[in-house]
Amino acid sequence: MYKLNLAIRYLLGRRISILAVTAVALCVFIVLVVMTIMNGLVREFRNKNHAFVGDCVVSTDSLVGFPYYEEFAAELRAQENVEAVSTVIHSYGLLTQRGADWNMGIEVMGIDPADHIRATGFGQTLHYHRDTPETAFKPAYNPDAPGCVVGIDMMPRSRSQSGGYYHSPRPQEIELVISCFPLTAKGAMERADMGMVNTLSFFYSDDSHSGLVKVDGNMVYIPFETAQQMCGMNGSPSRASAMYVRFKNANALQQNTGKVRSLWDRFAEQKKDAPYANLLDGVRVESWIVNRRSHIAPMEKEQTMLILLFLMLGLITVFVIFVVFYMVISHKSKDIGILRSIGVSRWGVVQVFVYFSGLVGVIGAATGGTAAWALLLKINAIEDWLFVKYGYQVWDRSVYAIGDIPSRIEPRVVTIIILSAIAASIVGALLPSVQAARKRPVEILQVNQL
Amino acid sequence: MTDILKASNLHKLYKMGQARLTVLKGLDLTVARGEFIAVVGASGSGKSTLLHILGGLDKPDAGYVEFDGERIDRFGAGRLNRFRNKKVGFVFQFYHLLDELNVLDNVMLPAMAGTGSLGWLAKRRSARRRAANLLEQVGLAERTRHKPYQLSGGERQRVAIARALMNDPELLLADEPTGNLDSKTGNGILEVLETLNRGGQTLVMVTHDERMGARTNRLIRLVDGRIV
Ligand SMILES: Nc1ncnc2c1ncn2[C@@H]1O[C@H](COP(=O)(O)OP(=O)(O)OP(=O)(O)O)[C@@H](O)[C@H]1O
Ligand SMILES: [Mg+2]
Repeated sequence: MYKLNLAIRYLLGRRISILAVTAVALCVFIVLVVMTIMNGLVREFRNKNHAFVGDCVVSTDSLVGFPYYEEFAAELRAQENVEAVSTVIHSYGLLTQRGADWNMGIEVMGIDPADHIRATGFGQTLHYHRDTPETAFKPAYNPDAPGCVVGIDMMPRSRSQSGGYYHSPRPQEIELVISCFPLTAKGAMERADMGMVNTLSFFYSDDSHSGLVKVDGNMVYIPFETAQQMCGMNGSPSRASAMYVRFKNANALQQNTGKVRSLWDRFAEQKKDAPYANLLDGVRVESWIVNRRSHIAPMEKEQTMLILLFLMLGLITVFVIFVVFYMVISHKSKDIGILRSIGVSRWGVVQVFVYFSGLVGVIGAATGGTAAWALLLKINAIEDWLFVKYGYQVWDRSVYAIGDIPSRIEPRVVTIIILSAIAASIVGALLPSVQAARKRPVEILQVNQL
Repeated sequence: MTDILKASNLHKLYKMGQARLTVLKGLDLTVARGEFIAVVGASGSGKSTLLHILGGLDKPDAGYVEFDGERIDRFGAGRLNRFRNKKVGFVFQFYHLLDELNVLDNVMLPAMAGTGSLGWLAKRRSARRRAANLLEQVGLAERTRHKPYQLSGGERQRVAIARALMNDPELLLADEPTGNLDSKTGNGILEVLETLNRGGQTLVMVTHDERMGARTNRLIRLVDGRIV
């Protein structure tokens, strides 16, 4: 009873304990804010990559593509763990605007929107067709015209100061001309002798905002059949570049991917004597994580490094808290002598300071946690305000490819940080108080009477 | 009269590197129940050291102390804590109050320390009453809510005495309770102690003031680590 009582008196009666509380609060605050933002950035980035390709990717790097994809897609769709399969054409081309004198190299993706929105997050990246993504290629101004969806950063457009995009209520009528280089199944330029490429006109129908810089700045989506034709992949046998697969149960990713892989291996084995079977050799079956690794890895490395840095900061924090308590308790060693001399046990003395530091830890962590929560709640508003008022943008949107600063607090992170802070406080108090409590009462009092 | 305390052949030496300082050299002392003993001696003669050993706050290097016929050096940690808490009251030369607690709480501290949380809830009121009584006895009834820093030296010493008496100890040990005070205030303190002694309290008081010592039952002189 007196222990808690004394602990509270120490807390209230000494200015240094306010400093201790502040130190704990600041540390919790900083670590929590940075961890939340960094975790959020990586999580969002991973999610966007995941949304772009679905759960599993069957693909080849070859621009020629691989044949018999329809058969394999049918086989995949028959699997009970497969939710959806989207077959895509992926190639390169040139883009220009009718009547304009610019052109640019682009990536072309041929998709069937009905399949693609089920296998990937493509539907949510659209603006005008968000509610009707299966009609993504039907321009609102002329549904019968051949439409295309372009990466949102490809067209010059105005952006709000915080990085959001402005859209006119209806899509503008823009005619885009795309040229592709058709390749034969052997990999030679088709009609190369005639010096011709396949060129077609498309009408701007929508934007796709995947949040991936490379995709949003380079990718043009057109209907699957058209793309296949433009790339010369409709010949016999007809070919595709990749299959994006979504599983019913997203949790068993490794297992499901493994199943697809063995399915593919068996399929390739069956086809080994079919014409152009060599094109099947270059096909890989990967989970989305492996498939997008080269994109995600740098981000994750950055996160690992930051976590390491903050682990160091955490250690320093623990040390600072330790020093603070060491000082507080050294000042109070006289009290330890007094308490011991009136018959308080060693452990009783230690308990007083454990309560004290526990209180400091809890109050500090609660304060820091609340402050972090409040900041994260308002962080986007604050950043907007900074930008509007001073033209200063903390996060360059084009680098991080985010709309908002991530501010979702993860309970796991909060728990770990707060518990560590409290533990650090208690350990910081434990050492000096145990040290003092081990001494004989007079040893302490002798020194303190000076 | 029965003996409450018996010290036999006490030796105490302090080592500081090579140098050794022998403070007590085979000291014997017997304290009878209800006695008021004064210990006098030159500064540095070992009076405080002796008192600490008698109260179980320090250990002799040789010899032992018996309390009620039992050797306190054989007490386990828990027993020693209870001994310090219940059997002896200690008044330090430098008061040693807790700065954060007010006068009343300082006085109640030994009672709090000696009881568990539940027991404390039960006896808090009576403890509070006793502490208030003690403070009244030492003339500080009006100052219960004050913090130690708001008191004068003499007043602090009286709080320390009240605290030492809180658990009604059989033996009160006072280390120069009047040392830092002017003679008038010191006299007041001594009167408090005399009153206690008349009420049956056993007292051992260290002082370097012979006149104070003369007012007790027995005056002991500490010279060269022994009693003469
Ligand atoms: N912890 C210690 N380490 C070394 N020497 C000590 C220690 N404590 C006491 N001494 C020495 O022991 C001797 C006796 O000290 P003590 O405090 O008992 O004297 P005292 O008689 O109470 O003196 P005073 O009247 O000044 O209070 C002194 O010379 C002191 O320097
Ligand atoms: Mg002394």
